[in-house]
Amino acid sequence: MKSTTIESLPPWLEFFTFPSVNVLHVLLGCIILGVSAGLLGSFAFLRKRSLLGDALSHAALPGVCMAFMLTGTKNPAVILCGAVLSCWVGALAIEWIVKYTRCKEDSALGMVLSVFFGLGILLLTHIQKSGQAAQSGLDKFLFGQAASLVERDLYILGGLGLFLCFVVMLAFKEFKIVSFDPDFAQAVGLPVRLVEFSLATLIVLAVCIGLQAVGVVLMAAMLVTPAAAARYWTNNLSRMLWLATLFGGLSGAIGAYVSYLSVKMPTGPWMVVAVTSIFIGSFLFAPQRGALARARRHRLFRQKTAKENILRTTYKFAEQAGRWDTPVSMSELLQHREMSMAQLRKTISRLTRAGFMDEAHAGLFYLTAAGKEEAERVTRLHRLWELYLMTKLEIAPDHVHDDAEEIEHILTPDLERRLLQELEGELTDPHGQQIPGGPTATAEGSPSK
Amino acid sequence: MATPAEEIPIEVHDLTVAYQHRPVLWDIDLRFPQGQLIGIVGPNGAGKSTLIKAIMGLVPLASGHVEVFGQRSRQALRSVAYVPQRESVDWDFPTTALDVVLMGRYGQLPLFGRPRAKDKEIARQSLAKVGMQDYADRQISQLSGGQQQRVFLARALAQQTRVYLMDEPFAGVDASTEKAIVTILRELQAEGSTIIVVHHDLHSVPEYFDHVLLLNLRTVAFGPVATTFTEENLNATYGGRLHLLSDVTERLRQGEWSARKQAK
Repeated sequence: MKSTTIESLPPWLEFFTFPSVNVLHVLLGCIILGVSAGLLGSFAFLRKRSLLGDALSHAALPGVCMAFMLTGTKNPAVILCGAVLSCWVGALAIEWIVKYTRCKEDSALGMVLSVFFGLGILLLTHIQKSGQAAQSGLDKFLFGQAASLVERDLYILGGLGLFLCFVVMLAFKEFKIVSFDPDFAQAVGLPVRLVEFSLATLIVLAVCIGLQAVGVVLMAAMLVTPAAAARYWTNNLSRMLWLATLFGGLSGAIGAYVSYLSVKMPTGPWMVVAVTSIFIGSFLFAPQRGALARARRHRLFRQKTAKENILRTTYKFAEQAGRWDTPVSMSELLQHREMSMAQLRKTISRLTRAGFMDEAHAGLFYLTAAGKEEAERVTRLHRLWELYLMTKLEIAPDHVHDDAEEIEHILTPDLERRLLQELEGELTDPHGQQIPGGPTATAEGSPSK
Repeated sequence: MATPAEEIPIEVHDLTVAYQHRPVLWDIDLRFPQGQLIGIVGPNGAGKSTLIKAIMGLVPLASGHVEVFGQRSRQALRSVAYVPQRESVDWDFPTTALDVVLMGRYGQLPLFGRPRAKDKEIARQSLAKVGMQDYADRQISQLSGGQQQRVFLARALAQQTRVYLMDEPFAGVDASTEKAIVTILRELQAEGSTIIVVHHDLHSVPEYFDHVLLLNLRTVAFGPVATTFTEENLNATYGGRLHLLSDVTERLRQGEWSARKQAK
């Protein structure tokens, strides 16, 4: 009889008390699977061999069937040996095809994947027709069945998983250099063939760990997706490996959790859903490489461009009028800039908030002292770049304006200094306008302050 | 020649390389002299990079062998520092400039051994020599082409050897990087190193190199720049295709029989 406190818990909480030992087995098995796939998949991903995992996991199926046919048992150790051997034959077949036929690697992967999978299905059908079907349940290896994990499986999977982590930690340096620059690795005398062979074997083992819970069809997703997601968050290899391991393990746990809540829910596919969600989240929200961060940088740059353009145009009006605080109307600005009224309004209000512009009367705006300085900087960059294009690249004066429109927003103070050096002694603007003072000499030549 | 074999940094003996039965290098026989800056020039597809890779043992040889200071073992190759073409790797790999330079130390470390403080110090010094000390922790994809090339050069410096093989170190770099690399090559030479450089710009050959190898599938000429870099030799290298040779090559490819013994 269970105690009343546990009895009263809702299923979503009850899971965490591990109501039966079987729940714990499934959870641990899925986490081991995710961890090893995430770790080894990272290397497949970095070496641009993501499809190899897919081909190899499919190649495991005939081995699983043959191991059963030869021994008549479903002992996990026996099945695992069959799977590993079969994967190995697949890997060798891929290498052989690339070397001795005119087929490229992608064709070789495709052939091995489909031929081995086809052979596996053939053997599977044969086993089921032969009357052993009831006791075999081998078709579970197609999509996996985490619920079938028992304690004996866990020892084998856990042992293998630990072994994988240990080897990666030991040979981290070797795996890293072979993934980045195998030619150089060989040139400094590392046993590259041996390292590549070991790495491929470890990937095969990671695939085979996952066969029982996720199945041959979906295993590739568990290999590649954690690594692809982790890459968004870091530029450091060891951190990437930790993250991929974490993402893999987390997805495994989520898969186990969802299938506990609803008996009809399959574990493997839910793991894949979880890891894909993590990938989409990373793709969108990662701080540097994520899509939103990029979009934000892009938007900020567009705003900066718009602000600088308005400052420069206002400055031009002021320059012509002879007073730098001459008020300019919005319609005057619109004649010179291609933007909508709404955009202009937004840009001007941003400039006003930043203290660069102020409203004289309704609809009339003038540069503040800070605004004048900023406008001079942008104008200077614009005219310097025009001058550079004309004198150094010999582009016609009426062609340089549009180029300078873009470049003025990206010139850094360092580039400006180099530009000034290049243009030493030629500082007159192509359109006969003055170039407002340089970064060091702002005082001279500017209107009253 | 009276020079004993142990003092010849690299000797290439009767080397032939074939890709899929098609020979890309024929009967190369060379003795690179000690302490010289040697340029390898030739048209596209002349086998310049292949020669470098063949010396480093990175492509299978159809015939011939390479000796480093008189020795033929793979071990001997460890005393040759290698700078591959910049495009040969993925610069989006998650690692830093210092980490790449540190890879130059891997050959001196035992299998599974981690780089020690001393190796990191050597890597930092190598980065400083190429003027990249401020970029040590920079992610490599954020470096410019010239900076990436400098990192590769620093990695070779970190190997601390006496012989350097460089594959197009000047390709696609800015003028200041080119100058910096030339300065480093001169310094290495002053220390007694031998430097062999695949080069694509004929104009700078007399300025940069002491010796030049003119290569086009076979050795056209090899010797001091003053006597070898002549119009006649250049015409033989770049001008007039070798019709008979390329016809035979094409026949070999189509017939699928091999030049010399079977390429592995």
